Amino acid sequence: MESKEYAIEVDDLKIRYRCLNKISLKDSLLSLRKSRVETFEAVKGISFKVPKGEIMGIIGKNGSGKSTLLRALAGIFAADEGTIDLHGHSVSLLSIGVGFQKKLTGRENILLSGMLLGFSEAAVRRKMDEIITFSELGDFIDRPVKTYSSGMHSKLAFSITAILETEIMLIDEVLSVGDAKFKKKSFKKMKQLISNKERTVIIVSHNSETIKKLCDSVLWIHDGRIKMQGKTEEVLPEYEMFMD
Amino acid sequence: MSLKRFINDSKKYWEVARYSAKSSLKSEVANSHLSWLWWILDPLLFMLVYSFIALIVFGRGEKYFAAFVFIGLSSWTFFSKTVRQSVRLVSQNSSIVSKVYLPKYVLVYSQMCVNGFKMLVSYVLVVGVMVIYRVPISFNILYVIPLFLTLLVMTFGVSTIMLHFGVFIDDLYNIVNVLLKLLFYLSGVFYNIANKNIPEPYSSLLLKGNPVAFIMNELRKCMIYSTTPNLRLLGIWFVVGIILSMVGVKIIYKYENSYVKVV
Repeated sequence: MESKEYAIEVDDLKIRYRCLNKISLKDSLLSLRKSRVETFEAVKGISFKVPKGEIMGIIGKNGSGKSTLLRALAGIFAADEGTIDLHGHSVSLLSIGVGFQKKLTGRENILLSGMLLGFSEAAVRRKMDEIITFSELGDFIDRPVKTYSSGMHSKLAFSITAILETEIMLIDEVLSVGDAKFKKKSFKKMKQLISNKERTVIIVSHNSETIKKLCDSVLWIHDGRIKMQGKTEEVLPEYEMFMD
Repeated sequence: MSLKRFINDSKKYWEVARYSAKSSLKSEVANSHLSWLWWILDPLLFMLVYSFIALIVFGRGEKYFAAFVFIGLSSWTFFSKTVRQSVRLVSQNSSIVSKVYLPKYVLVYSQMCVNGFKMLVSYVLVVGVMVIYRVPISFNILYVIPLFLTLLVMTFGVSTIMLHFGVFIDDLYNIVNVLLKLLFYLSGVFYNIANKNIPEPYSSLLLKGNPVAFIMNELRKCMIYSTTPNLRLLGIWFVVGIILSMVGVKIIYKYENSYVKVV
């Protein structure tokens, strides 16, 4: 047996959404006995392992459970069945529209997000200038986030996760942020980040080009199940054929 | 097991809660014209409103009435605001909750810091009023420490439970609002329950069976009337608060990861 060090081990993961879970008091009084819970299984038993330092892409059509899987890996969703083992690595989820507190300034939000990602206040402050410079927000950094345009919003979000490096990065379709110039810059930064051999990266994308350029291996999910898993050059052609 | 996790998580996320509270206080200041003056004006104006109602409409006051109303109002506002906000806390923070993991009661911590700071400001006013009245104080004033502790624990306990159910029950906010209003009038914020000729057993029930009314009343006793609070009952309410907090934290741990699927 090869003794590979795994960063992520997922075993028979199932995640269900309970539709109509939000109820009003009237409804619950009227239907005291029968609890009509329609469940929808978004992830239907997925198992895979990601070796440390690998860059894995996840592909699949809309609604196939990619984002749900990613959120589960980030610890935001509970697994209804199965297990996720990250072996104690720190993890961050980079996705469009990272959560900000709208009333607070960009600077305050950087600190809060950083602290929520598990960094100390001092550590975030050390990286603060770098983040602000990278985000190209200028004076806007000291204004409330609610005054930002959507482009500025995602630039800031990208900069936070890109500069505050974690051991596992989960990337959800963010490789095209901001204007053409920033797009180029962020793509370069991303490449530099994920080429670090210590870092494990999972990228969700619809863009076959990005996957081809960046990923070592690919996981193809279809309707909540794994359709195919393997080297990029093996899986991607099959996927493209399937989608055509 | 769960307790250990609670302590670890609290340590880990305390800074987040503190910083988030600090920044939201700051943004409140930045966004209003009179800025921090509101932290003083708000309790002051409400004190005047209730004093007017009690003195002019009902024609009945208490000794050191301004201080009496202030103590009641400050403690009540802290409790009711925190509980009311908790009901919607998760859905209001959905942008954060859906992007990164945090134990959801940390949101309650943050809210308690904000409201606690405002309560502190309004207690500075209480002290000011006490100085103006030249209220004699005794060693009994030290009992404010266990009393405030009980208030904090009680508020946290009730809020965590509200936070959980607020996620799943859409109209809980309306219900909580009505119940809090009722509790407000029953708590004797601007009148003294003991002096109201309310027949027994209702009088003691109102005073002892309602933790907020009880804490308020005992705070007045030890701060302005130089008497010793009912320590046995205080102990009981403290334990009840701890139990509620334990239940709240436990259900939050159990269900918090499915919150995102609902909001």
